[in-house]
Amino acid sequence: MSNEHGEQVTFQETRQVEQGDFATAGQIAASFKNTLKKLGVASPVIRRIAIASYEAEINLAIHSWGGTMRLIIYPDRVRLLVDDVGPGIENIDLAMQEGYSTASEEVRMLGFGAGMGMPNMKRCADAFKIESVLGKGTSISMDFNL
Amino acid sequence: MTVAQIIQAMELELLTPQTDVSREITGGCVCDLLSVVMAEGEGGMAWITVQTHLNVIAVASLHDFSCVIVSGGAAVEEETLAKAQEEGIPVLRSPHSSYKLAGQLYGLGIA
Ligand SMILES: Nc1ncnc2c1ncn2[C@@H]1O[C@H](COP(=O)(O)OP(=O)(O)OP(=O)(O)O)[C@@H](O)[C@H]1O
Ligand SMILES: [Mg+2]
Repeated sequence: MSNEHGEQVTFQETRQVEQGDFATAGQIAASFKNTLKKLGVASPVIRRIAIASYEAEINLAIHSWGGTMRLIIYPDRVRLLVDDVGPGIENIDLAMQEGYSTASEEVRMLGFGAGMGMPNMKRCADAFKIESVLGKGTSISMDFNL
Repeated sequence: MTVAQIIQAMELELLTPQTDVSREITGGCVCDLLSVVMAEGEGGMAWITVQTHLNVIAVASLHDFSCVIVSGGAAVEEETLAKAQEEGIPVLRSPHSSYKLAGQLYGLGIA
């Protein structure tokens, strides 16, 4: 397998997240974690990818109208692509700040909405890119060096 | 100190009889905000929380926690317990507050 730049791809997996699916969210992160374990990736790297995947998965379920998460494993790095259709993010700098959250009272009661998900993702990844278009959706790309 | 030992010492109720309680507890964490636990969790920790829904098990399992301790005697959803059995995460419960449980754990030498 190889990507559009002709780079060798060891493995890839794409999963769908539905809006409002937060009760079962964490399944994709768990499945990515298993995949990485089977491929023999070092556990500190698995831990960072699992945390970032979990936060991305929850955000898709809570804040977007649904989206996809794709795990691509290259010989030298792991890439996590998160794309959603949704309201988009008006002020990305604000969204990246610890403690900033627009989560509803309902999900806050369940322990979401600390405003730590995006900072967690950024801290875990070796490279982090985010693009968002209001009324269309948000795309996040994260790289983890192997 | 193992999960089985704290169950005895702290008089905890084991809600997941099929899970392995022989694991060593390597630290503790008291928090009800999932993304804070996600940021600060480490393998082997005992996690004290009032949250009882499915996502608690997802977080505990991703971090490979040794157990979850539900404080305040909160009712735990059946599906949460089923998931915990499946993932092998012991869920324990106590009528005491998170504050008191953390103090007890610390007193037992889990720092
Ligand atoms: N995919 C998304 N689509 C639209 N808005 C988003 C998306 N992801 C995040 N946001 C916005 O950015 C804010 C911050 O996100 P972040 O994950 O840091 O915190 P949170 O999800 O509100 O709480 P926590 O992750 O701590 O449970 C959100 O409250 C929301 O307003
Ligand atoms: Mg979030």
